[in-house]
Amino acid sequence: MVTPGWYMALGAVLFVTGMAGILLRRNALVMFMSVELMLNAVNLTFVAAGRELRVIEGQISVLFVMVVAAAEVVVGLAIIVAVFRRRGTASVDALADLRG
Amino acid sequence: MSAELLVSLVLLFPLVGTVLLFAFGRRLGEPLAGVVGTLSVGGAFAAAMVVSADFFTGTGTAETVRWFAWLPALGVDIELRWDALSSLMALVVTGVGGLIHLYSIGYMRGDPRFPRFFAYLNLFVTSMLVLVLANGFAVMFIGWELVGLSSYLLISFWFERDSAAAAGKKAFVVNRVGDVGFIVALMLVFSSFGTLSFDGVLDTAPSVLSPGTATAIALLLLLGAVGKSAQLPLFVWLPDAMEGPTPVSALIHAATMVTAGVYLVARTAVIFEMAPAAAATVGIVGAATALFAATIALAQSDIKRVLAYSTISQLGFMFLAVGAAAHVAGVFHLMTHAFFKALLFLGAGAVIHGMAGEQDMARMGGLRKAMPVTFAVMAVGWLAITGIPPLSGFWSKDEILAAVFGLGGLWTVLWAMGMLAALLTAFYMTRMMWRTFFGAPRWAEGVHPHDPPMSMRIPLVVLAVLSVVGGLINTPWRLGIEHFLAPVFAAVHLTHPPEGSTLLVLAAVAVGVAVVGIAAGIARYRTEHAEETGVWHTLGRGYFVDDVYGQVFARTGKLGAAWLAFRFDARGIDRLVEGTGSLTRRAGLLLRPLQTGFVRSYSAGIVLGAVALLAWFLWRGGVL
Amino acid sequence: MTELALFIVFGAAAVYGGLVMILARNPVFSALGLMLSMFSLAVFYVVSGAHFIAAVQIIIYAGAVMTLFLFVIMLIGVDRAENRQETLPLQRPLALGLLALFGAGILFAGRTAWVIAPPGIGAPSGTAEVIGDALFRRWLLPFELTALLLVVAAVGTVALALWRRGDDEPGESS
Repeated sequence: MVTPGWYMALGAVLFVTGMAGILLRRNALVMFMSVELMLNAVNLTFVAAGRELRVIEGQISVLFVMVVAAAEVVVGLAIIVAVFRRRGTASVDALADLRG
Repeated sequence: MSAELLVSLVLLFPLVGTVLLFAFGRRLGEPLAGVVGTLSVGGAFAAAMVVSADFFTGTGTAETVRWFAWLPALGVDIELRWDALSSLMALVVTGVGGLIHLYSIGYMRGDPRFPRFFAYLNLFVTSMLVLVLANGFAVMFIGWELVGLSSYLLISFWFERDSAAAAGKKAFVVNRVGDVGFIVALMLVFSSFGTLSFDGVLDTAPSVLSPGTATAIALLLLLGAVGKSAQLPLFVWLPDAMEGPTPVSALIHAATMVTAGVYLVARTAVIFEMAPAAAATVGIVGAATALFAATIALAQSDIKRVLAYSTISQLGFMFLAVGAAAHVAGVFHLMTHAFFKALLFLGAGAVIHGMAGEQDMARMGGLRKAMPVTFAVMAVGWLAITGIPPLSGFWSKDEILAAVFGLGGLWTVLWAMGMLAALLTAFYMTRMMWRTFFGAPRWAEGVHPHDPPMSMRIPLVVLAVLSVVGGLINTPWRLGIEHFLAPVFAAVHLTHPPEGSTLLVLAAVAVGVAVVGIAAGIARYRTEHAEETGVWHTLGRGYFVDDVYGQVFARTGKLGAAWLAFRFDARGIDRLVEGTGSLTRRAGLLLRPLQTGFVRSYSAGIVLGAVALLAWFLWRGGVL
Repeated sequence: MTELALFIVFGAAAVYGGLVMILARNPVFSALGLMLSMFSLAVFYVVSGAHFIAAVQIIIYAGAVMTLFLFVIMLIGVDRAENRQETLPLQRPLALGLLALFGAGILFAGRTAWVIAPPGIGAPSGTAEVIGDALFRRWLLPFELTALLLVVAAVGTVALALWRRGDDEPGESS
């Protein structure tokens, strides 16, 4: 009854939610977490599609996404910490020096 | 020595001379450079004499000497044509040219650019020989342009003088106007015949050309000739060309270069024969110019300008002749005119040289006693040009006028114009002689007139002798030149002077006219107080033609150039170029607000792009 | 039947977690909301037969990544609540508009079936054995590359970490 299509729809909802977080929040950490949410939504879609197509590659893709997300989180957080040391704030609006 | 080699030598001697003088002139110095120049031209004359010997006896044949192929695509080869006409022209050019080279050694003594002068003179002789020896329109055009270049270089030889530099430019530019006609004629010839060689064109012209095309080609060639030979309306450069040293005026603007137009018409006689309208135009232009220039010469004060307008007038006679298809008469007059006009110019040069640079006749007078040799030779030239028998001028001018009279109709009118011009010629030449050599001296301070040195006297005497006996070559009892040139004009219906009593009457009329002119001149200018006002002023200024040209063409050209430079280029094009820059800058300023520096605006942009892509793919997928 | 129930419960939980994440003032609450979403997703993975992936999700994502997040939140300053005012003009309306468009696009896309199941074969079970078989045979090169990526990330982070406040270049110490 619950087709993989439902999971993909749920994934879409989560994706849009994550996007909203990026567009509307100023805290660097929350923005980053929104990106994580988007990645998770994509993972869900991958799994659902893999289940639909009955191949294992859906889950392989999820594994790779997780690895890359982990690496990205590590580096990103290090940057945020370094920026915080410099600027004393975690708001991305403080990093607007490259304006035209 | 083969004939081909000798013909090539005729051109090679002055060519080598030119190269030597340009390369080593300064090292040779005075007077060695002059000697080298004279010898090169003299060598060419000797070679020409040797290889013309057959033509004198009437047994010669026309030769074509091929040097090399130049433009295979157009069928243009560098070839020399050696027939009676080109040999006659070559003899005149190298003979008179050699004498003038000798004269220049004395005349140009002390000039800081002495070797350069002879280099230019040799260049000129080479170019003129290329012109007359060419076996095709293309090579002739090369010579045509080169003589224009040499003329420019020599007119503005003393370029420190602004007037000289301007005169050189004027000569070149006015020549160019005529050259347009020549070039378009070349194009027509090539499109009609497929070749530019004389062999191909002149032999087949009657069968290939339609009368309309022939008329077009002939008129365009006439335009070129008018420019080069200073006929109406492109004559304005010749009087100004007197800024050049007098030997230059003698050689280029009397004896040789300006005759290139006459030679052109004579050479392409076949084409003109097919276009009677064009031939008539040539005759009209010639007669009108002869009369027009003669009237202007009446009022000139500068001795060289009198001779310049006289040259224009005499060239008009030659054009009248070739227009009436009396080509032999025209070429004959070309030859005699070369003798006595060169003589007159060189004599004037001697006067100027002896008067330390004075050219205005108002400050001459009474030079008969101070410069007897000069006076004697000038008198010979004066008698020759006015047409007093048995000097050369009489025979040639009379043959022209008699032949023209014989044609009747329009040509009778032209004959009358020619007679009137002859009358005026006698008048103004007498005026010139009297004001220069007779009467009380009106010299400036510190001027001690004297006869020229020997290097200048020898050519004067030689030319004087030629002016006296040169005409006897072609009298009605012994048509030397007619037979000489007969093979060249075999395909053309030549006009001959009428025979018998008509000829005698016409000759008597011509002599009478000359005598009347001389008498009137003496009568008027014996006394010192000949008034020259009113009409004389207009004549003196050449009917203000020059001024009109200046206003109409020069000013229009300047206005046009100024508009182009300041309005079109500075404002239009520069703004276009700068505009691209300022456009870029303005576009940048416009797009600047997009760079807010805030991550959120950038991510909004990303999402916008993602939405657009999504819409695109959905649309392509047919879902939307 | 069970799958439907699970879907409804944990689907709601995932969405709720997401909303909490983007709406909470305190970043700690955001992190906790995200964790809830991740746990819900792990459940979905199990239901879909991706057992190994579910385990990895819990251990790595919810376990390591989120813990790291919480750690940094603590480090940076937990008590600073963000200013709710939006400084950029047009940002809110623009964002909401774009999101609406994006959602509409997805809805449109969802009407068509993009993924069609091939007939016949049964679904593979997502055990470690099956995943390992595919991973180390067919997908070995991407696997090695991601390993390399991890190394690079680690090295980069260490380099960044050595950059103290007041240094001109990372890696120097004043």
